[in-house]
Amino acid sequence: MKPFETFSGIAAPLIRMNIDTDAIIPSREMKSVSKQGLADGLFSDWRYESVESRKENKDFILNQSPFNKATILLSGRNFGCGSSREHAVWALSEWGIKVIIAPSFGSIFYNNCIKNGLLPITLDENKIDLLESFVSIDPLKNQLSVDLASRIISFGTETIEDFPIGTKDRESLINGLDEIEQTLDKISLVNDFETSHKAKNPWL
Amino acid sequence: MGLTLFEKVWNQHSICNLGDGNELLYIDRIFLHERTGSIALKSLEERNLAIRNPLQVFATIDHIVDTFPGRDDETLMPSGSDFIKSLRKSAKQSGINFFDLDNPDQGIVHVVSPEQGIALPGMTYICPDSHTCSLGALGTLAWGVGSTECEHALATNTLIKKKPQLMQINIDGKLPSGVTSKDIVLHLISEFGSNGAKGHAVEFTGSTITDLEIESRLTLCNMAVEFGAVTSLIAPDEKTFSYLENKKFAPKGDDFLTAVKEWGELKSDTEAKFDKIINLNCSNLTPYVTWGTSPHQAVPIDEIIPFSEQLNEHGERKSMNRALEYMDLSEGEAIKGKTIDAAFIGSCTNSRISDLRAAAQVLKNKKVAKGVKAICVPGSSQVKKQAEEEGLDKIFISAGFEWRESGCSMCFFAGGESFGHNERVISTTNRNFENRQGKATRTHLASPETVAASAINGKISKASTGIES
Ligand code: SF4
Repeated sequence: MKPFETFSGIAAPLIRMNIDTDAIIPSREMKSVSKQGLADGLFSDWRYESVESRKENKDFILNQSPFNKATILLSGRNFGCGSSREHAVWALSEWGIKVIIAPSFGSIFYNNCIKNGLLPITLDENKIDLLESFVSIDPLKNQLSVDLASRIISFGTETIEDFPIGTKDRESLINGLDEIEQTLDKISLVNDFETSHKAKNPWL
Repeated sequence: MGLTLFEKVWNQHSICNLGDGNELLYIDRIFLHERTGSIALKSLEERNLAIRNPLQVFATIDHIVDTFPGRDDETLMPSGSDFIKSLRKSAKQSGINFFDLDNPDQGIVHVVSPEQGIALPGMTYICPDSHTCSLGALGTLAWGVGSTECEHALATNTLIKKKPQLMQINIDGKLPSGVTSKDIVLHLISEFGSNGAKGHAVEFTGSTITDLEIESRLTLCNMAVEFGAVTSLIAPDEKTFSYLENKKFAPKGDDFLTAVKEWGELKSDTEAKFDKIINLNCSNLTPYVTWGTSPHQAVPIDEIIPFSEQLNEHGERKSMNRALEYMDLSEGEAIKGKTIDAAFIGSCTNSRISDLRAAAQVLKNKKVAKGVKAICVPGSSQVKKQAEEEGLDKIFISAGFEWRESGCSMCFFAGGESFGHNERVISTTNRNFENRQGKATRTHLASPETVAASAINGKISKASTGIES
């Protein structure tokens, strides 16, 4: 996993509630047994006039300049609800999104983000409104910058401080740590636990 | 201080504390399907990581496989067979328990699991699928994960987890006849929102829950994720124990007796503390049906779609307008009587034998209305076999339903079979999202009884009073 670094980027407001993982990447866009090649299917029901023709729907925000270069997504409540497909996160990342700011997230989606170097930031609706207004004035010039280490979003001369993120999640993102390897380093603990656990529950 | 059921199971699986509230949790069982499991297994292989304990891992084929009679590896979904073949190859190589297409125990992952005694009380259990919370109905601490977490669990038998907040949903009252646990959960979600249990693990308690049969509890817990919950649990009781007795992977003989003794301890202590408590009374509940594109957009079937001015939030109003446009409905409109194009009985929510019996009861000696496409997809090959032994297939078929092989089928559109553009479908599934059952398909969620009655009448109808001539 690539370490998450401080950056500034264009933010696209896609303010809708309950954007589910089916909408982020429809099932039929998950065409192969792979974590790659998914950006093309991102939001395909909304992004294309017809899914077959792949002709871009100009009304969809991510097709409009400069939002087609967005790295930050502003959205509504319960973002990433629905199916557990990690493809939603893989597709967003591959397309170029690094940060999603929403009032709340589907819980599986949130975990999937952390495991893939995508930063989900939970903010109150009124703060997101503030960011949206700032961005809308001039989306190219009015970029947001996100500093994960100090948990600060800066926009113009203003800042939102201490956005919530677990310490461990923050460290994983910043260091790009691979959890499987970290856990395999502790496998003797698991072995010990397992021996007594299975003795108590022989039907496991 | 007392402990909740959740805390008891959690504590029994906590290997160590990793700081900042994170714990290394032992995972007892992992279940995979071809849709996401194939990718997790392949990814492990590519990294040269072994499955730590293949016998604790299970896999089935349900999501992409067609459900037409005589199906095989080839699927309507382009490239769908790659997923099936990839899973099969990895499963055989790794030696996990595998329910292949020709296995009599094949079926939808969350239907097979309780049916085979794979999910048991007090276990930790994961599956890369959001409806894994269904298994909480047996007192299993089960939740859906993404691929990366699944790979972590496959390689290490553990997950790194933070304890969620805990919510108790206490439901009392005797359910009126014809009202089901599907109606309870739609009522709950419509009252408190699709985000109502965000960040919480939910425990369902109360006399209504005690009265529910295991399969109805599975339906209720299935939709906990639609309520935003991390997972849900119901304390195992005598019904749970007798349901599990003699199941293929459940303990047998003396082990079973020991297990039952331990499982009997799995309940929240009276002094246990929850972060949030919701109390509901269901003695006057009526069947529910959704009108929108999120499961919380639901009303009692006799009521009208709400007026947007009744919603006090701008965001809610906006999403309501969008939903009504998609569904081709208006605020204040009656939902009962809307003409339907199709009826679907199936999915991990409502495709177990009791669901098929309930629907068949309504369909007996009746015919599906002209022009309505009606499909029944049993949740597992076992359910299908049982239904055929009871002659339910004949009732479905003579009413005009298609009778299918088991699988997820048209619960979701994966690029294969789907309902048509702008078709209105009444469905026993769990998600009415835009395009979920087909491009521009309009889905109404309801119980098997309501779906069956609606199929007969050709319009959204209630089963108990329902069969209008
Ligand atoms: S039946 Fe539907 S909801 Fe259930 S596992 Fe299959 S696709 Fe998912």
